[in-house]
Amino acid sequence: MSETTSDIGDGRAAPAFARREIWGVLAMSLGPVLAAFVLSGLILLLMQVNPFSYYGYVFGRGLFSPTGVQATLTRMGPLLLLAASLIVAFRAGIWNLGGDAQFLVGAVFAAAWTPLMVAHVPVWGALLAGMAVSAGFGALWGLVPAFLRAYQGLNEIITTLMMNFLGLSLASVLVKLVFLDPATTVPQTRTLPVEDRLPTLGGTTISSGLLIGLVAVLAVHFVMTRTAFGLRLRVVGANAGAAVHAGLAVPALTVAVFAISAGFAGLSGGVAILGQYGNVRADWNPAYAMSVVPLVFLARFNGFAAIGFVALFSILSIGSESAARRMGVPNYFTLVTVAILLIVLGLAEYWGARRRQKAGV
Amino acid sequence: MTLFTDTFLIALLAGVVAAGVPLLLAGLGEQLSEKAGVLNVGIEGMMLGGAYLGFYVAWASESTGLGFLAGALGGMTVAALMVLFCVRLGLNQIVIGIALTLGAEGATALLHHVQFSRLYPRLPEVATWRIPGLAEIPIVGPALFDREPVVYLALGLVPAFVWLYRRTHLGLAIQAAGDKPAALDSAGESVLAIRALSVLGCGALVGLGGAFMSIAAAGVFVPFMTHGNGFIGIVLAMLARGRPLWVLLGAALFGACLSAATALQVAGVDIPTDVVQMLPFAAVMAVLLIAGRNAKLPAALGAAYVRGER
Repeated sequence: MSETTSDIGDGRAAPAFARREIWGVLAMSLGPVLAAFVLSGLILLLMQVNPFSYYGYVFGRGLFSPTGVQATLTRMGPLLLLAASLIVAFRAGIWNLGGDAQFLVGAVFAAAWTPLMVAHVPVWGALLAGMAVSAGFGALWGLVPAFLRAYQGLNEIITTLMMNFLGLSLASVLVKLVFLDPATTVPQTRTLPVEDRLPTLGGTTISSGLLIGLVAVLAVHFVMTRTAFGLRLRVVGANAGAAVHAGLAVPALTVAVFAISAGFAGLSGGVAILGQYGNVRADWNPAYAMSVVPLVFLARFNGFAAIGFVALFSILSIGSESAARRMGVPNYFTLVTVAILLIVLGLAEYWGARRRQKAGV
Repeated sequence: MTLFTDTFLIALLAGVVAAGVPLLLAGLGEQLSEKAGVLNVGIEGMMLGGAYLGFYVAWASESTGLGFLAGALGGMTVAALMVLFCVRLGLNQIVIGIALTLGAEGATALLHHVQFSRLYPRLPEVATWRIPGLAEIPIVGPALFDREPVVYLALGLVPAFVWLYRRTHLGLAIQAAGDKPAALDSAGESVLAIRALSVLGCGALVGLGGAFMSIAAAGVFVPFMTHGNGFIGIVLAMLARGRPLWVLLGAALFGACLSAATALQVAGVDIPTDVVQMLPFAAVMAVLLIAGRNAKLPAALGAAYVRGER
């Protein structure tokens, strides 16, 4: 990835240059967004739907209605934690595509133990322990591909994809056989009472998972861009051979990256359960991680940009869910929009590189 | 045991073939693309493209043969985008692969919504080719030698690919495009053309696999119906380390577990299907943990080839 190499040295850029850089980044990010909306609007026209009224409705529901915006902000929490997870991994050159399983394993263990703990310890203690459990089991699930990559050189794309299938099945086996709520006939875990869940933000229904997610993304961004540890990870990601020559312990760093990344993914599952859902039903898989992968790419692994894209995606997905019922456009349409966005972004990057090459920079 | 009756065994074995053929085609396609140096994460999307277009044409023309052909074309359509963006323009293969998967998922689901959401048409059963003699063998015969022509084609592709990679100039060029593209370029061949050909071939195979799922195995198109089969194809190709025969073995193993899950359910055995579905992945992970060594991937896998660059 050219991004990871190019921003290793720009930590202390001159202010004027930095300002021009910010405008450039904004133009490079917002231009493709606009182009993608125009292109998907054309598809809506083909489906004989007025794009202005469709997007008007989607943004009206997802952003400008009180219930909609609260749902959007609540959904952002787990998505932001996944963004943090992916930024760490991708910046370190590790393609962790197993976020969905890490998310679910974390969610299932948090859902299994928190309702039991709540009866014996103070609520805040149970919630903290539940989050620690989810992060711990998420990280544990990430350790297998970590060791295979670090010590046996196995490509992590294949192992994380496999751990994904394995984890999805394991999660539903655990829900159906081990952590089953004896009080219900539906296969699901015990439900955490609403009053024992993560506190909501001042008088709204927004889960405080949002704050946890924001803190995580910003912390990850800071660590990756401003600390020696982050620099080490980026060197490993940019050129593992050079990292070995520089005396970095590449295998240990690889394992650390996996543990952090999978831990955030597990925590994301925990926050989704403890803040919003309260239990895990059998075969539940929101596949958030696969939706966040393109968003993190769109953000070019930048934490601030990731917050923006996660917000946009949450608005679109909440809005399109109600638009599906009202306007007859299925919410798969969001998938098409995101795909177009990715391709347009790739093209913008290509043209940008061509222009720089021609200018001889 | 009443479980192991002849009908049960035939159904089980036939299920292995039905579940394994799309995996085999996906794995062979991914292998072809990877050998040429293109890590094709978009095959889930190519499979859906093939499944949709194949089903649509088979329904509209009432000819399954045309349907399978259209399935291959549908996969190639998505693959053509991959060629344009990743081979010609050299964009990041993982990003474009994920974009194509998402886009094909959304686009086929939308098309299905527009065209079939009220009708839900179902295709008639595909005619089979009965191989005289072999089809008379008890149990194995009806399950293996009285099948849709695509099954024979998929099985025949395995030795064909072995021959292609081992014995032909084209096969050598494909592997050079993945291992040392600059050498291929200086030998006077076009890296981009070889890679484009491989990705299109991959799209055709994977699309055919998708069409097999919708036309022959299910008889209907359902949104997201490929259900991770493309991703399993990526796993198979990487595990096979460049050997088409290993793709066949892997597809049989994974197909057996997928089909055992449904067969046991039908037989009323009380094991959650998830446990059975975990088996192939758990087995492969265990083998990797114990005996895993460097997966021998092409050196230039995932890297765009730009002429004249170092």
